[in-house]
Amino acid sequence: MSDTAPQPTTAAANPPVQPLESNLLPSDVVRISATPDVPQPTRQLTKVAKLIDVSKCIGCKACQSACVEWNDTHPEIGENIGSYENPHDLTPDMFTLMRFSEWENPATNELEWLIRKDGCMHCEDPGCLKACPAPGAIVQYSNGIVDFIHDNCIGCGYCVTGCPFDIPRISKVDHKSYKCTLCSDRVAVGQGPACAKACPTKAITFGTKDDMTALANERVEDLKSRGYENAGIYDPEGVGGTHVFYVLHHADKPSIYSNLAENPRISPIVEGWKGVTKTAGMAAMGVAAAGAVLMGLFTRNKVEPEEEEAAERLVQDREGI
Amino acid sequence: MHKPLYSDPADHIESTDPVRVSRYRGITRLNHWVTALSLIVLALSGLAFFSPHLYFLTGLFGSGQIARWLHPIIGVVLFFSFLLLFLQMWRLNLPKPEDTTWVSRIGDVATGHEERLPEMGKYNAGQKFIFWAMSVLIVVLIVSGIMMWQQYFAGLVSIPVRRVATLVHALAAVAIILVFILHVFAAFWVRGTLRAMTRGDVTGGWAWRHHRKWLREVAGRSSKGPAE
Repeated sequence: MSDTAPQPTTAAANPPVQPLESNLLPSDVVRISATPDVPQPTRQLTKVAKLIDVSKCIGCKACQSACVEWNDTHPEIGENIGSYENPHDLTPDMFTLMRFSEWENPATNELEWLIRKDGCMHCEDPGCLKACPAPGAIVQYSNGIVDFIHDNCIGCGYCVTGCPFDIPRISKVDHKSYKCTLCSDRVAVGQGPACAKACPTKAITFGTKDDMTALANERVEDLKSRGYENAGIYDPEGVGGTHVFYVLHHADKPSIYSNLAENPRISPIVEGWKGVTKTAGMAAMGVAAAGAVLMGLFTRNKVEPEEEEAAERLVQDREGI
Repeated sequence: MHKPLYSDPADHIESTDPVRVSRYRGITRLNHWVTALSLIVLALSGLAFFSPHLYFLTGLFGSGQIARWLHPIIGVVLFFSFLLLFLQMWRLNLPKPEDTTWVSRIGDVATGHEERLPEMGKYNAGQKFIFWAMSVLIVVLIVSGIMMWQQYFAGLVSIPVRRVATLVHALAAVAIILVFILHVFAAFWVRGTLRAMTRGDVTGGWAWRHHRKWLREVAGRSSKGPAE
C-alpha cells in the first residue's frame, strides 16, 4: 500500500523514492466549466502559487526547456527574427515563454532589458472557465490551479475569448486548447512545477500562496532598498488575485513588460454574454415557443367556404374577359 | 412590358375548379427547405454552446467536437442558400403603403379579422418583417460567426473584437430563433399556408383571404397570356 502524497510547499524538493498516491483529486474541484452548482469539496487544499521575480530572471529559458520536457510537447524549430523570443508566441506546444523587451527608463535614461516569463496566471476568477461552453473542459481545484481537461474540450476557442491575458492556444492537430497546467500532475504527487525546479536563479519559486506572498514582500523591500522605488507585487485584484504572480521592479507600469495587462479582469462583454444574454435569451425563446404553441392550439386562421367561392368568381370573371 | 407589382412572374393559376394558385416553383421550395434544415441544425448545435443546460444537444451530432466543427460549415451553407432565396424574393418584400395600415391593425391580424385589413400582395407586412429580419440577422451572424471561427479564422480579429463578435453572435442568434418561431407559428396558424412550401400551390380561398391583390394580379395575367 502506498501513501498519499503531501501537498507540495516548494519546488526544490527531490521526489521521494516510494510510490505515492495522487493528492489532487476530482473531489478537490471547486469550479467546473459549463456546470452550475458544483458540489463543494469536503476539504480545502492549501492555496499554492508560483512567484516569478522578474528582477532575478536572466532569460536563460531553462523554464521553457523544463516545461517542454515535463509536458512532453514538441514545439516546432523556430527561426530567428531578431528577437530572443523563441518561439515568437505561446503555442499549443509551448505553455510558457520568456518575453524580452527593451525599455528606456525616462528617469535614468538607461536601457533596461525586461524579461517576463509569460504563461497562464491561474486566476482565482478564471475568464476561460467562465467562457467555456463544454461541461468539464476547464476545472479549478481548491488549491487554485486552473486546469484544462482535454477529453472534454471541443476546440471552440471561447477560452481565448474569455482569458484576460491571451494565454490559451488551440492546437491545429487535435483541436483542443492548451496552456500551463501549473504542473498539476506534479503538484498532485507533492512536487513543484518543472519550471520552478529548473530555474537556476530562483526567479521562479513555488509554494503556498502565503509563503510566496511573504517572499514577494521581502523581495519588494530589497528592491526598494536598492533604488527601485516602484517595485511591487503584480497579483491583480480584478481577477481575484492569481496563483502565478510577479515581483516587478516597475510595478507601476506593468505594460512595459511585453504588454502585461494593467488592470486585468474578465471583460464586461464576456460577463454580459455569459450572464444576462444567456438568462434573458433562454427566457425569451422559452416564452415565445410556449406562446406560439398555446396560441396555435387554441386559435387558428381558417379560410371560409365563401372565400373559396369568391376566388372562383374572381378567376372565372377574369378568364371570361 | 413592366414587371408585376404584387406577384412573381412565375406565379400562375393552376386550375380554376377548384381554384389552385401556384406560389412557389419546385426549385424555390427546395431552396427553402435547404435553408430551413440548415437553420434548424444551426439552432440545435448553437443552443448547445449557448447554455450548459442544452449542451446535451451535441449528442445529436455525435460529440461536442463534431458539433463545433459542423456549426460554422452549416452557417456558410445557410448563408448561400438564403442568398438565393433573397435574390428571388427581395423585390416583392419591399414595403408598400398598405403595409402601414396592416401593422396599425395588428390586433385584427391576431384575431383573424382579415376583412378589416387592406388587400395584400404576395407578402403581407408580417411576412416582409420575417424576410428582412432573417436577411439582416443572417448577415450579422455570418460576419460575427467568421470572426469567432477558431478553426480557420483564429487570428482574423483581435481578442477584444472577438468578444464583441461573440456577444453580437449570441444576441443575433436569440433574435433569429425568435423570428424562426414566429415564422413556423404563422405557417401553421394560418391554415392552408404550409402547402405553398410543400406542394407549391395554395387554394383560391386562401389567396382571396390573405393575398387578394396578389390573386387579382395573377388571375388578370393568366387571362392575357397563353393558357399554359
